[in-house]
Amino acid sequence: MRDKIIEILNDTRPEFDFEKESEGFLEKGFLDSFDIISLVSDFEEVLGLSISGDQIIPENFNSISAIINLLNKIDN
Amino acid sequence: MKFSFSNIEITGILSILPSREIIFKDEISNYNFTEKQSLKLSKIMGYGSRRVVQNGTTVSDLCIHGLNYLINDKALDKESIDALILVTQTPDYFLPPTSNIIAGSLGLGEDVLCLDINQGCAGYEVGLLQAFMLLEQRHINKVVLLNADVLSTKVSEKDRNSKPLVGDGATITIVENKPNINDINLYIKMDGKGAKAIQIPAGAFKLPSTKLTANLTKDKSGNERSLDDLVMKGDDVFNFVQTKVPQMVKDIFKDLSISDDNIDYYLFHQPNKFMLEKLADKMSVKRDKMPNNIVGKYGNGSGITVPLNICENLNDKLDKTNLNVILGGFGVGLTWSMIVCVLKKMNFCKIINY
Repeated sequence: MRDKIIEILNDTRPEFDFEKESEGFLEKGFLDSFDIISLVSDFEEVLGLSISGDQIIPENFNSISAIINLLNKIDN
Repeated sequence: MKFSFSNIEITGILSILPSREIIFKDEISNYNFTEKQSLKLSKIMGYGSRRVVQNGTTVSDLCIHGLNYLINDKALDKESIDALILVTQTPDYFLPPTSNIIAGSLGLGEDVLCLDINQGCAGYEVGLLQAFMLLEQRHINKVVLLNADVLSTKVSEKDRNSKPLVGDGATITIVENKPNINDINLYIKMDGKGAKAIQIPAGAFKLPSTKLTANLTKDKSGNERSLDDLVMKGDDVFNFVQTKVPQMVKDIFKDLSISDDNIDYYLFHQPNKFMLEKLADKMSVKRDKMPNNIVGKYGNGSGITVPLNICENLNDKLDKTNLNVILGGFGVGLTWSMIVCVLKKMNFCKIINY
């Protein structure tokens, strides 16, 4: 799952290297609210999950580990 | 806060849209993002086209055009108007009130009450609240509610977050005293702590416009805007909508002892397609009960989106049957408000161009 997440992140903002930078995505300006929407759409399509509106908050997308935690929680 | 009203009916809605149409794909090169990123976002958010005014067209132009249309068509007798309410964030002038200008242009009598209200996304609900309260007065029988904005002129060309969304337009809603077995229940909440989540920082008296405020600066995401332009804190607004709106619906169901089964349509403000889809899912409401097609066709025109939603999606249906609806606005202020009512066949419910 980690590799897939990095692939989707790099596809969303190809100017950054999400393999190297694994956290602080929002503070560092790597992602904004519209990128998060784009990520949600990709995760839902690729991983077959449904992410509810109240889970779409910056904290859940600020690092690779936060994203993994979110997706694992939904999957379970 | 809850308000309840009886023997009041919405008897007509006219939407007036600028004929100038902007297509999202034609503007992609304005934004500091790749075409691929922009096109992907357009699919998710529902960007398509929007209607915007020509330079120099103001809300009074749109409203006067619509009112003259109705008067000439004999759908509105101007002598019967008791009050004129205009809800707008983009008045013609700081003073005088734009509703006075409109009344003067139409030659309305001195006894016609004119009111300007500064409200945005929940502007339809706030305007209707004012109209309903006025109609409780013995001598007021017909109120004309105008919702109108030309916000496209206050959005930076290089702001991908807002530019593709914002549209212009006006709506005219006629609200009258009429015997009606169905009460209207209106719920409204406001949280001023979040007021700056959606704002235009400069241009009024807190921070007057200057050459400095007009300078474009780039944000962390690559969008460029000045202090004279609209700015939205996307995360805060999204989170606000996803938490407050479903809770209000839940509270309404409990208060009125009803459920989703009693509601035919949720006619909500139209920020973008994604937000409305997530809202419908969160509320466990079938997506086709919550139309989300206004942004992609006409743009987000702030307070006009709910009446425009009715004109676009319910016009034909209302000819055949009454509909139990929840009208919902949420955004600027922060304000969120819902009206539970029955919509019936109207004298007019249509869209015209300006």
